[in-house]
Amino acid sequence: MTDVVVIDSGVANLGSVLAAFARIDLPVRVARAPLDLVGASHVVLPGVGSARPAMARLAASGFAEVVPGLRVPVLGICLGMQLLFRSSAEDDVGCLGVIDAPIERLPTAPGVRIPHMGWNRLEQLADDPLLAGFPEPAYAYFVHSYAAPVGPWTIAACMYGQPFSAVVRAGNFVGAQFHPERSAAVGARLLRNFVGAA
Amino acid sequence: MLTRRIIPCLDVRDGQVVKGVRFRDHVVMGAIEDLALRYRDEGADELVFYDITASPEGRSADLAWVERLGRLLDIPFCVAGGIRSIEQARRTLEAGADKISINSPALERPDLIDELAAEFGVQCIVVGVDSEWVEGEWRVRQYTGDPRRTRDAARRTLDWLAEAERRGAGEIVLNCMGSDGVRCGYDLEQLRAARAVLGVPLIASGGAGACQDFAAVFRQADADGALAASVFHSGAIAIPELKTYLAGEGIEVRR
Repeated sequence: MTDVVVIDSGVANLGSVLAAFARIDLPVRVARAPLDLVGASHVVLPGVGSARPAMARLAASGFAEVVPGLRVPVLGICLGMQLLFRSSAEDDVGCLGVIDAPIERLPTAPGVRIPHMGWNRLEQLADDPLLAGFPEPAYAYFVHSYAAPVGPWTIAACMYGQPFSAVVRAGNFVGAQFHPERSAAVGARLLRNFVGAA
Repeated sequence: MLTRRIIPCLDVRDGQVVKGVRFRDHVVMGAIEDLALRYRDEGADELVFYDITASPEGRSADLAWVERLGRLLDIPFCVAGGIRSIEQARRTLEAGADKISINSPALERPDLIDELAAEFGVQCIVVGVDSEWVEGEWRVRQYTGDPRRTRDAARRTLDWLAEAERRGAGEIVLNCMGSDGVRCGYDLEQLRAARAVLGVPLIASGGAGACQDFAAVFRQADADGALAASVFHSGAIAIPELKTYLAGEGIEVRR
């Protein structure tokens, strides 16, 4: 049975993520403590803000210990995706370590403004169920100053001065650097794909 | 490649969208949700809701409509109007706004920018600047929502833009008041000067009248987004046609 659980990591966009699931008629519940994850078929880790306070909250609430060991599909959104990595150059903080690579600051260049804010095109889409049915071109809404490099975990890249990971997968863990809750049809499609409700 | 953003701005007063000319004489344009969904459907990349009565009267945006929009919209939106504390900002963001925009309160107490950026991250902190050409230089105007209270903010625009970014603004909306509502084109000269002092995204505001104005502000002033109100509300420019035009001009837009 589908039981989608969104982790309340104390960030301001929790409501936006819940609303996005409501718009596509997918009931979800909120986890405020690790025990609330019991029975979950899918777990969502949202996040905005900066890495250190976000990791501190996950550690204090006990989620930091539990999330890396989850066996069910886990979706990190924006900062939530970044926290799946080993570390973040933002605040130089250790993260959950599910993917053994560092989050780095987007390099500045002429005409490349930081934060990277706006709709950008997804590129080099892998044949992955999370990306099934995406339009071509697929645009998604990004807001961030740090990003994951391109690597074996990359299932969709994005170009902003240089390529970075827009969507990642490592086993049952997936993540989107963009905001599916604000990426119109592309975002809704990703959320549907994640819970297998295409 | 990052697309250029088309951003309808909805001035909100008493729960309805209004539009004035040169910041005065507001007329009702319609209900907030109706216009928001219309623009979403037409391909707006983002929406800005400006509670134009909020700042002069010292109150913050009524949050019920923000919550309704947060549930409805699947594109980003920004709320502006009278946010002058961390708590007001938190309530607005938790109600569903992706970004908050501050203007007069930042001029009253510039540390507010630093505090908001530290608390929520620069990515959701927009600083709006109303600027006018006065005696040979661009100067910041304050309390522009109320013509009786509008005054010189005792700051040069380019200085204030640089300071706002240094303090933690993640994006700047520069509203060129001489151009606002008169549809004679964006103030390219001022926007180019602003672009030159800024490292964060710059949204042009004030003066859009024709599709060519959008092409010009992207190409000549390198603006990241273009905000407009009356040309969209009146139907003078339809967003799908605008985007088709821009794409034909070689400007990357989301379609």
